[in-house]
Amino acid sequence: MLAPGPQSLDLEALYRESNVGELLEALDRELVGLAPVKRRVREIAALLLVEKLRRSIGLQAEPPPLHMSFTGNPGTGKTTVAMRMASILHALGYVRKGQLVAVTRDDLVGQYIGHTAPKTKEVLKRAMGGVLFIDEAYYLYRPENERDYGQEAIEILLQVMESQRDDLVVIFAGYKDRMDRFFSSNPGMMSRVAHHIDFPDYSEDELMAIAGLMLRRMQYELSDAAVTALREYIALRRTQPRFSNARSIRNALDRARLRQANRLVEGRDQPFAPETLSTIEAEDIRASRVFNIATGAVGAGDGE
Amino acid sequence: MMTNHGNRVTQGQFSFLPDLTDAQITKQIEYALKNDWAVGVEYTDDPHPRNTYWEMFGNPMFDLKDPAGILMEINNCRKTFPNHYIRVTAFDSTRGWETLRMSYIVNRPKQEPGFGLARTEGPSRQIHYRVSSYATDKPEGERYT
Repeated sequence: MLAPGPQSLDLEALYRESNVGELLEALDRELVGLAPVKRRVREIAALLLVEKLRRSIGLQAEPPPLHMSFTGNPGTGKTTVAMRMASILHALGYVRKGQLVAVTRDDLVGQYIGHTAPKTKEVLKRAMGGVLFIDEAYYLYRPENERDYGQEAIEILLQVMESQRDDLVVIFAGYKDRMDRFFSSNPGMMSRVAHHIDFPDYSEDELMAIAGLMLRRMQYELSDAAVTALREYIALRRTQPRFSNARSIRNALDRARLRQANRLVEGRDQPFAPETLSTIEAEDIRASRVFNIATGAVGAGDGE
Repeated sequence: MMTNHGNRVTQGQFSFLPDLTDAQITKQIEYALKNDWAVGVEYTDDPHPRNTYWEMFGNPMFDLKDPAGILMEINNCRKTFPNHYIRVTAFDSTRGWETLRMSYIVNRPKQEPGFGLARTEGPSRQIHYRVSSYATDKPEGERYT
C-alpha cells in the first residue's frame, strides 16, 4: 500500500544529503584502475539509494542482500575497497556504525574443542553494526583434516549472515580459483553472498600511476631518469614470482628511499639543495636485484 | 497490605516499570556505549538486596560499538539461565568516577517468592530483624523450578 506522498520523487536530494557522491568520487580519485570494481560499487550504491527511496514512500522494502566476495591477487586493493565500502554503506544508512573488522582464519577458528564458537562470537560481536572482512576465507574450510574446526566457524557465520542481516555485512576475500572452490563446496555460503567482485591485476601504466600517487603522498619526486628506471623495474618485477601488485610497488619505493638516504649520508661532506632530499635518482632504483635477476645473476624474492 | 504484587524484586534502574522490551534495552545499551562505558552482563539466583556481586556472564564488553552484539550476549544468557535474575551493568572508567553508572534487570524467574521478615525478641525486649528470601530456602539450582 503506497503511502500518500509527493507526486514526483527527488532522488537528487537523497543523493546529496547522503554524501554518497563524495565517497564515490573519492573512490574514483584515490584508487587507480579497478574499473570493473568501481562500476560495481556504483551499481550497489545506486541500488541502495533507490531502496531507501522506495522505503520512504512505503513500498515493499526487504533489506537488500549485502554480503560480498572480493577475489583477486594480493595487493590489488581488496582491503582498501572493503574499507571504502564500509563508509559507503554507512553513508547510505545500511550499517549503523560503519567500522571494518578485518580477520583471517586464526581469529575465527580455535585450537581445541569448544574454542571456536566463543572466538567466532567475540569477533561477530565486535563487527556488529559494521562490516566483517574475512581475508583468505577458503582456509576456513579444510575437508582433509577431520580435527579441523573451521566448519564450525562457517556454520556460525552462515547463521548470523542470515538471521542478523541488518546488523552485519560480511565480505570474503581471497584468490579467485580458491574462493570459487570454497563457494562450490559450501552452497549455503554461496546463496548468501549476493555480490561477487573480481579485482584484476594492475597494468604497468596503472602501477606507474600508483607509484606516482604513493610518492606524492610521501612527498618525494622521481628524476626523469628515475622514471624510466622505475618503468623498467616494474616490467621486470611483474614477471617474477610473488608479485603483490601495489604492495610490491610500495616495498620497492621504500627500498629506493633507503638507498637514497644512504647515498645522501655517504656524500654528506658536500652541501646540497633541499630538493635533493625529496628526489629519488635512477641509481637508487637500478641498485635493485631485480635488474640482476633479469640477467640471470641471483635468486628471487620480493625484489630487493 | 500487599504493596508489591508478584513480589517483583526492585533492584537497579527501571525496576518499578514493566519488563523492558528488547528495543528498549537496545536504546539503553546505545546510551551506555555513547558514553564510552563498558557494558557487562551478570546473573544470580539469590535475590537478597545485599547480594552485590552477581556472577559475570563473560567479560565486560569494552570495545563494542553496537548494541546488537551485546543483545546477542544477553539473549545467550537468557537461554543459558532462563530462570535466573539477569542484569546489564555499565561501568564508567573515567578518573574520579570508576564506578557502575547503570544497572538494570533484564530477566526474572517466572515466579518470585518474595521475602520474609523474621523477628527475634532478645534481652530487654530488643527486637532483631532478619530479612531473607523464600527462594534461598532451597539450595542453588533448585530455587526457581
